Amino acid sequence: MFYRENGQFKTNYRADVALFPIAQDRWAMLGLLAIAFVVVPGFASDYLFRAVLIPFLILALAAIGLNILVGYCGQISLGTGAFMAVGAYAAYNLNARIEGLPLLLSLIGGGLAATVCGVLFGIPSLRIRGLYLAVATLAAQFFVDWFTNRVKWVTNDSSSGSVSVNTLDMFGWRFDTPVQKYLLCLSLVAVFALLAKNLVRGAIGREWMAMRDMDVAASVIGIRPVHAKLTAFAVSSFIVGVAGALWGFVHLGSWEPAAFGIDKSFQLLFMVIIGGLGSIAGSFFGAAFIVLLPLLLNYLPHWLGLSLSTATAAQLEHMVFGALIVFFLIVEPHGLARLWSTARQKLRLWPFPY
Amino acid sequence: MQKLKIVALATALAASTLALAQPAEQFVPLLVYRTGQFAPLGIPWADGKQDYLKLINARDGGVNGVKLAYEECETAYDAAKGVECYERLKAKGTGASGFDPQSTGITFAVTDKAYADKVAIETPGYGLSQSVDGTVFQWNFPLLGTYWTAADVMLQDIAKKEKGSLKGKKIALVYHDSPYGKEPIPLLQKRAAADGFELALFPVTPPGVEQKSTWLQIRQQKPDYVLFWSAGVMTPAGIREAQASGYPRDKIYGIWWAGSEHDVKDIGAGATGYNTITLHNGAAKDKVQDDLRKFVYDKGQGTGDASSVGSLAHTRGMMIAMLQVEAIRAAQEKYGKGKTLSSEQVRWGFENLDLTADKLKALGFGEIMRPVKTSCANHMGTDWARIVQWDGAKWQIKSDWYQADKTHIDPLVKEFAAKYAKDKNVTPRAC
Repeated sequence: MFYRENGQFKTNYRADVALFPIAQDRWAMLGLLAIAFVVVPGFASDYLFRAVLIPFLILALAAIGLNILVGYCGQISLGTGAFMAVGAYAAYNLNARIEGLPLLLSLIGGGLAATVCGVLFGIPSLRIRGLYLAVATLAAQFFVDWFTNRVKWVTNDSSSGSVSVNTLDMFGWRFDTPVQKYLLCLSLVAVFALLAKNLVRGAIGREWMAMRDMDVAASVIGIRPVHAKLTAFAVSSFIVGVAGALWGFVHLGSWEPAAFGIDKSFQLLFMVIIGGLGSIAGSFFGAAFIVLLPLLLNYLPHWLGLSLSTATAAQLEHMVFGALIVFFLIVEPHGLARLWSTARQKLRLWPFPY
Repeated sequence: MQKLKIVALATALAASTLALAQPAEQFVPLLVYRTGQFAPLGIPWADGKQDYLKLINARDGGVNGVKLAYEECETAYDAAKGVECYERLKAKGTGASGFDPQSTGITFAVTDKAYADKVAIETPGYGLSQSVDGTVFQWNFPLLGTYWTAADVMLQDIAKKEKGSLKGKKIALVYHDSPYGKEPIPLLQKRAAADGFELALFPVTPPGVEQKSTWLQIRQQKPDYVLFWSAGVMTPAGIREAQASGYPRDKIYGIWWAGSEHDVKDIGAGATGYNTITLHNGAAKDKVQDDLRKFVYDKGQGTGDASSVGSLAHTRGMMIAMLQVEAIRAAQEKYGKGKTLSSEQVRWGFENLDLTADKLKALGFGEIMRPVKTSCANHMGTDWARIVQWDGAKWQIKSDWYQADKTHIDPLVKEFAAKYAKDKNVTPRAC
């Protein structure tokens, strides 16, 4: 009905492999970006920016990074929090030790440090798989937790072990207001999402997916397992590192090692599982689910005028949240992204159900 | 024309009655953790805070007729959730009257934000030790004490037991390996150098359920005393390990967050002799509890369980809420009695608290705490603390009131505050 492709003919390869082959998708995406960049800054409140949108964007970015590793390359990682921490602390050190370094370079520096760390901890993946690898990445998590807590140099000799970032500026721009911070995160997320999407559509993305689906067959047809796995670790850690740096710099402002603990790793893993493994859009769905749903559940009693005690509300939130996770995974094991694509598929043929 | 006039008059009248019908309310945000790993401490603390606000509304009809409105927000002791709560509540009503984040981590995260939003952060007995310096930390109020004053008072009590000198002694710090637990280290190192005792550091990985190796090391190294900076489950776990490895409990000094009834009740006699420091008379009851029972609990309006009234954590919660309310009262003296105030105006009240003994007596806190007075340069006010000891069934007051010795603390505060000001490009105010 509204989602027809008739009349949209592809006459060359370029059009056939375009990012959004269907015109409606293209326009919807552009519309969404326009709303995010132009409309939202004019209307959203401080609270919405600082407590909802900024964390959502940063975690969506981290989820994209993790999705490359877990969803596209099939290497299960429980060390995402650690790679975020490496990104955050490396960016902090660059920022603190080099006078006048632009923010963007600190962030990218954080990403690069996380890349090195990720590749290092990715090496075991060449020999071990699945659950065993998950345990190896878990070691990364605990090692980094210990490292950031015990090595004084990392926190610039802060006596309490917590660090904080002063003003955010780059090339004469200052990021003070929530709107500016939001736009900074949004721009970075948009750029990285586009990069990631194009990577997974290209040769390297196909290598990753081949490794995921059957690594023996992949190496038989000439895909180099070392190269494929380590690039997945590198790209994934880079994006996660940048997200970590943003989480520290933009969202928290000052943080302690606990901010990047094992809970963060699990939270991100749930995001990609619920959102949809092997899908860039899924990373956004997952982040939205994990960040926004608890807030919604938290507000719901207020809106319904129920007076629940704080503890009851908090426990209820956990229960409903858990139940929803189970429900969604039963209904659609491939995550929210698959639900979304199924819906689109159905709409293309609507009203003819087959 | 006539018609228009009547309409105008009617609307004006309606508007004015509406304005009258809107009772003046002052909003107090309540960040709490009733769930998560620290809930046993968080629940009575949260109940105490809310109960005191209810008491003020029920007994006095608010502060000079301004009712207190409040809303709880659950942080589960998590920094990111705490930030969300802070953002949610900071602009409610005429502006939040100041935040007690109940967590060192959340305090770190909201300190910079408070500076921009112009909201006071009160951290009685926790938070950043250097935020005593009001010239740099305009919006932070570590009222009554910090971890540095606590460490100092513990050392004083130990020195008293050791006939006045710590020379040649070995003192261990067993601490929660997080900013909270690391906070006393700079001061202890300074004191160790000055008083000639040896300081041994034993970090415990949070949450601190596993402390076997720590206490085995303590058994090997035989420190004369152990300072215990723990939280939540780490406290009973540590005391049990001390019991198992035969370390005398009366040589252990716990920080105030490790000194509630629920921390030691289950161990009972096994924890006999365990010392903890307290900001207030943990063992004392006063008029405020009687009033609370009479005006709130007997009417079925109580927040929690009536049995928790009078417990250490509940009393502390009430005391923190009392400081908040008195800050509002002080600010009303300046900005107009019976007026609702903005966040910025309440800050002035925190900075100009003057709770004399008579005032405290009138408030029903005379037996519970000592007078306190803050100023522009000193945001902690007067720090008083004392040592209480567990006798197997309840806390017994063991010492007189101590005040921390400022010879080592003041330079540290200056040094750390200056570093913060430099890092954050804050220009210190003149006081």
